[in-house]
Amino acid sequence: MKIRLRELSHFDKEAAETLIQKDHGLHPDDKYLKPGRIPHIWCPGCGLGVVLTTFIEAVRRNRIPIDMCSVVSGIGCTGRVAGYLDMDTYHTTHGRAIPFATGLALANPQMSVTVFSGDGDLFAIGGNHLIHAARRNVNLKVICVNNFNFGMTGGQVAPTTPLEAKTSTTPTGNAEPGFNLPYLAHAAGAVYVARWTTFHPRQLAHSISQALNKKGFTFVEAIAPCPTGYGRPNKLGSGLEEMRFYRDMTEVRNGADPKLAEIRLREKFIVGTFHDTDRPDFLENYDRNVVSRVKSKQKGKEKGKAA
Amino acid sequence: MADRDVLTGEHFIHGDAACAEGALAAGCLFFAGYPITPATEVAERMARRLPEVGGVYIQMEDEIASMAAILGASWGGAKSMTATSGPGFSLMMENIGLGMMTETPCVVVNIMRGGPSTGLPTLVGQADVMQARWGSHGDYGCIALAPSSPQECFDYTIKAFNLSERYRQPVFVLGDEVVGHMTEKVVIPKREKLKIQPRILPKALRGDYLPFDSSTSMPAPMAIAGQGYHAHVTGLTHDERGYPVITADVQERNVRHIVDKIRKNADRIIEVDTVGIEDAEVVVVAYGCTSRVARQAVENLRSRNLKVGLVKLITIWPFPSGLIRSLADRVKAFVVPEINYGQIAYEVERTAGGRAEVLLMALMGGSIHTPAEIEDGVGEFL
Repeated sequence: MKIRLRELSHFDKEAAETLIQKDHGLHPDDKYLKPGRIPHIWCPGCGLGVVLTTFIEAVRRNRIPIDMCSVVSGIGCTGRVAGYLDMDTYHTTHGRAIPFATGLALANPQMSVTVFSGDGDLFAIGGNHLIHAARRNVNLKVICVNNFNFGMTGGQVAPTTPLEAKTSTTPTGNAEPGFNLPYLAHAAGAVYVARWTTFHPRQLAHSISQALNKKGFTFVEAIAPCPTGYGRPNKLGSGLEEMRFYRDMTEVRNGADPKLAEIRLREKFIVGTFHDTDRPDFLENYDRNVVSRVKSKQKGKEKGKAA
Repeated sequence: MADRDVLTGEHFIHGDAACAEGALAAGCLFFAGYPITPATEVAERMARRLPEVGGVYIQMEDEIASMAAILGASWGGAKSMTATSGPGFSLMMENIGLGMMTETPCVVVNIMRGGPSTGLPTLVGQADVMQARWGSHGDYGCIALAPSSPQECFDYTIKAFNLSERYRQPVFVLGDEVVGHMTEKVVIPKREKLKIQPRILPKALRGDYLPFDSSTSMPAPMAIAGQGYHAHVTGLTHDERGYPVITADVQERNVRHIVDKIRKNADRIIEVDTVGIEDAEVVVVAYGCTSRVARQAVENLRSRNLKVGLVKLITIWPFPSGLIRSLADRVKAFVVPEINYGQIAYEVERTAGGRAEVLLMALMGGSIHTPAEIEDGVGEFL
C-alpha cells in the first residue's frame, strides 16, 4: 500500500535548550531538578512538592553523588516525580515501578535506587510487587505518597481510602476499609518503616535520609493533602486546612507497633518511625547461598580434573 | 570461571537449554522469570548458569514483574532476558509496550504452546505469532525469530540479542514446545567465532546527547544508569530528550521513529532459508517445528521431480513481504502449514495480493503436520 504522512515537525534542540535554561538555576534546589521541567503539573495545595523537597534534602544531607542516584516511578500524580529530578529517572507502567527498580538495583548495585510512587500505584495494581520486594529485601528505598485516592484520574476510591470516606466512585461513602500501609510493609519484611505527613517535613526528610543510608527494602509513607480529589468530597477544605487537620489529628509515636497505625475517617492517627532493623538483602543472600556455592563447586570440579 | 559463558563444544541438549546457552554466549547477565510449561527449563538453566558467569537470576512474582525487571536491568547496564509461554506472554504485553516506547534492548523467549487461555500446557502451538506482532497496545516495530531446532535456539537467541542491541528494543524468540523440548546436537563455536553486538553507549557530552534522537532511522546510543547522562525514560510520549510532551506533533515523531527503525531497516533484518524457490510452481511457507516437516515434504516432492519450493522464515517479523510478492508473480500457489487457525497465512495472502492461491493447512495445536499431509496439500496445485 501507499502511505501518506503529515509533514513532520523537527525537534529544534537549540530552541528547546534556550527555553529550558531561561529560568533554570534561580532556585537553590534547581541543581537537583531537570532544566525546563518546572512548573510541575500538581494542583495548588497538593503535598507532592513538599515530599519532593524533603527527598532532595535527604539526598543532599547524605551526600549521595547525583550520578549514582536513580528514581523509579509508576503512574499517577506521584509517578510524575521522576520526571522532575535531574538524575537517572524512570517513569514506568502503572504499578510496576518496584519490579523495574528490582532489575535496575540488581544489575547495577552501585546505584542508589528510590521508588517514588503513590498509594494507588504501589498498593492497588502494584501491591503484589511491593510485598515480594519487601520479602526479598531488595535494596530499594520506597517513598509512598498517600493521598487516600486516585488523584490523576479525578479522585476515585483507592485501597487506602478510609471506610465511609467519599470519592467520585464512592459518592455515598466507601464500603471498604483502607490498608494500614506501615503494618503491611512491616509484615512483608521491610527493614525500615516510617510514616509522616507533609505537615512534618523535617521528620520526613530525616526518615528518608535514614532510609537512604540503609541497605535493604525501606518504606516511608508520606501522607499528603489532595484538596482536589480527596479534600473536597470529604470537606477537609483547602490544602492548608488539610495540613492543619494533620497537625491536629496526628500523634507522634516513634517505635509504636505499626498494627496501631490504622487510619479511620476523621479520627486521630499515629505517625513516626515504627521499625528499624537489619537483615541481609537479596544480593547478600544471593552471594552467600548461590554464587559462593557455585564457585566452590566449580573449584572442586577443576581440582578433580587436575587429579 | 571466566570462560563459563561460552561452552565451546558439542552438546546434546534441548531447545530450552540451547536458548539459555545462546543468551549466555551473547553476554546476558540478568534473567527474571516465572515458571511456565514448556519454557520452565530456560529459567532452570539460567538459575544454574548465571551465577557461574557473574550474573543474577531472579524468580519474580509473575510475568508482569519479570518483564518489568528485565527492562530495569537493561537500563542498569546488563543484557537481560526472560522466557515464557502464551499465558505469560499475555501478561508481559504491558511492559513489552514500555520496552518499545522507551527503546530498551532485551530478549523475550516465548516457547509457544496451544492456546487460548491455559489451553495445552504441555503440547505444541504456534498461535502467538500475531500476538508477538501486535500484542501490546499502540504502534511499534517488531522483530521475532523462529528457531526450528535446538541448534537454531542457540544461534537465533544470539541473533535476537544482537538485533535488540542494534535496534534498541525488545526482540522475541518465538520457539514452540516441539523445538523447546526436542533434544539434539548443539555445536557451540569458539568465542572468537561468535558475532556479538555490545551495548552501544553514548560518547557525546551530556549537553549534546539526545537519548531518544529520532532524526535518523537508527536509535540513539543508550545512556544506562550511573553514566551521568541523567536521561529521563518514560512510557509517555516524549521528545528527543526524553521529556514527556503530550502533543500530536511529538506523538508523530515518537511513534514514527519506533515503527520506522524496523520498517526502514527491514531488508537488513529479514532472514529466510529457502529450498528450490528458483523453479518452484508451488512454495511452502513455514516456520518453527513446522518448517522441519515442510522441508521433508518438499525434498520428497522434489525427488519426484516436482517443482516445489520452501521458504523457511528465520525472522517471522519483519515478514519477508518483498520475497513473497516477487514469488507471487510466478508461482501457482503458496501452501502455509502452521499450528494455528491462520496467522502467517494471512500475511502470505496479503502480500500475494491475489496473484497466487494460498492454502492454509491449519492445526489447532497438540500435534504437528506429517510430511504426507503437506505433500497432499501441495498436490492440490500440481
